[in-house]
Amino acid sequence: MPRSTATGASPTRLAHALDVASRVVLAAAGGYVAAALTTAGLARWLPIARADAVITGMLSSFAVYALVAIFAFGATRATRVWFWTTAYCVPMGLALYLSMHGGAP
Amino acid sequence: MMGGWRKSMGWLHTWVGLLLGWILFLVFATGTAAYFQDEITRWMQPEIHGPRDSIASAEGALAYMQQHAQGAEQWSIQLPTHRSVATMGYWKEKGETFLQWRDHAFMVDGRGHKVAVRETTGGWLLYRLHFDLHYVPVLWGRWIVGLAAMFMLVAIVSGVITHKKIFTDFFTLRFGKGQRSWLDGHNLSAVFALPFHFMITYTGLVTLASQYMPWGIPAAYDKPAEYYRDAVGVEPPPTRSGTPGTIAPLGDMLRKAREAWHGAEPGFVFIPIPGDANAVVKITRGTGEDMGTRGETLTFDAATGVMRTPPPVRGNAAQTESVMVGLHAGRFAPPLLRWLYFLCGLAGTAMVATGLVLWTSKRRQQLPDPEHPYFGFRLVERLNIATIAGLPFGIACYFLANRLLPFAMDQRPAWEANSLFIGWGVLALVACVRPVKRAWVETFAVAAAGFLAVPVVNLVTTHRGLFASLATGDLVFASFDLTMIGCALLLGFCAWKVHHRKEGVRMRRKKVALA
Repeated sequence: MPRSTATGASPTRLAHALDVASRVVLAAAGGYVAAALTTAGLARWLPIARADAVITGMLSSFAVYALVAIFAFGATRATRVWFWTTAYCVPMGLALYLSMHGGAP
Repeated sequence: MMGGWRKSMGWLHTWVGLLLGWILFLVFATGTAAYFQDEITRWMQPEIHGPRDSIASAEGALAYMQQHAQGAEQWSIQLPTHRSVATMGYWKEKGETFLQWRDHAFMVDGRGHKVAVRETTGGWLLYRLHFDLHYVPVLWGRWIVGLAAMFMLVAIVSGVITHKKIFTDFFTLRFGKGQRSWLDGHNLSAVFALPFHFMITYTGLVTLASQYMPWGIPAAYDKPAEYYRDAVGVEPPPTRSGTPGTIAPLGDMLRKAREAWHGAEPGFVFIPIPGDANAVVKITRGTGEDMGTRGETLTFDAATGVMRTPPPVRGNAAQTESVMVGLHAGRFAPPLLRWLYFLCGLAGTAMVATGLVLWTSKRRQQLPDPEHPYFGFRLVERLNIATIAGLPFGIACYFLANRLLPFAMDQRPAWEANSLFIGWGVLALVACVRPVKRAWVETFAVAAAGFLAVPVVNLVTTHRGLFASLATGDLVFASFDLTMIGCALLLGFCAWKVHHRKEGVRMRRKKVALA
């Protein structure tokens, strides 16, 4: 198992397990949500033919997923990636929801 | 996370590689075989030989259905590709589902005559196993394979980041050095075909993107059907008029389709509501005709043979997607490139296998008590043997079953497939009950014997053995038999290697003890 030596003081096994678990959830679920929202956003807002926009979204989604997963495990502190993923997903989700169900002005 | 970026990536690489590694091995191995899907099917139907003529066979298949399937709801004809001879016709009676298509399937040769042929799923089974798995609902299989592919993508990226000296490592191959050799082998197989591994993983995800990432469709369209109409030009089926109708010569329509595609061959003919005045003939472009593989469909008026409106022009993204899928499947590839695909696929299979073995090899040295490892370690060790030697043996059993099962057996294709899993299961059992080192040697040896038996059994049970094939210049049959011998040699070499490795390890331990 990996040892965390970044801070000098060695954390407990439990702290380490929690840290890994948090990163797993972030990579798997956070990555998927970020990818799905990106796909939907590109499909809705790309200024090209609709079917093409949908396909462009699909094609790029897996790169987004992989990027989030890599950063989830690479970053020194998981909280930082949690913050940035949330900061991307929440406004994106809101904008999508409003644009689809909010009733256009 | 774990003391630096590169170290974290190493950790990530190890775990995403291991957790679904056995499924990845299956996906790589069967996908590699699927590059020769058509050739495998030809070998598994030795009754069919002679020339290839798609128009004569299509007309023959149509004539047979006009005689035997008058009241059917749909007629379908699967035309041969450049690499196959046989044409398959099948129909669907009213109320039947598409899953029952085999109930009314028949084979036609290049002259348009129906032939009696052993029932087999041929290379198609290995192709489907590659992304659908088996014995589980198709959708589940695809989710599992998709998850494994996503793990693979992360493993590739983290693997590249981990290996600072990736290109120096590539030229380093140390034999007989235990863990170091496994690492070198893993690096070699991974880096040798790195662009291929990356391409094949990403495009693999793209082939099923509408299942994995469908969220763009509801965001841009009110109804999914509208998207499919836009993207692939799927039209609603014609409605019955009730008045009987005839079908104009099919050969003319096929020729017109070929002209419209600037010479590309048609691949599939679909005739809904045959015999009705409203019937149409839909001709889909062959998947092997272009790098882009999402074949276009032309619709003809059945009664007159006149082409209706041509399909919509595809946008850039749709064309990109089509080419990505085409790159993945490699159906466009001429023989030499196909063999390169096959070699890269083998390298990928070897990469997964060496990675799996590396996990145990790395940990063995850190074990507190090497004689009694913890459960997780033993599990990985046994699963490795069961998969890496077991699956190849299962595939050999599949080919053997094709020759040995009775010709007119009930549920023959299902039993061919079962043979694959029975063979695999038996070897997995051996892997669990024998001492680890013996288990590696014995399972590899059995798998090698299995592949060696294939050309022998072929020689005994058909008139198309290796010598006859070589004498008549039958490249497909000769190459198949020779590839089987090649697989046998490869697995035999593995058995021999593991058998002799034992001593090397022991000697090293002695040296360590002396030091």
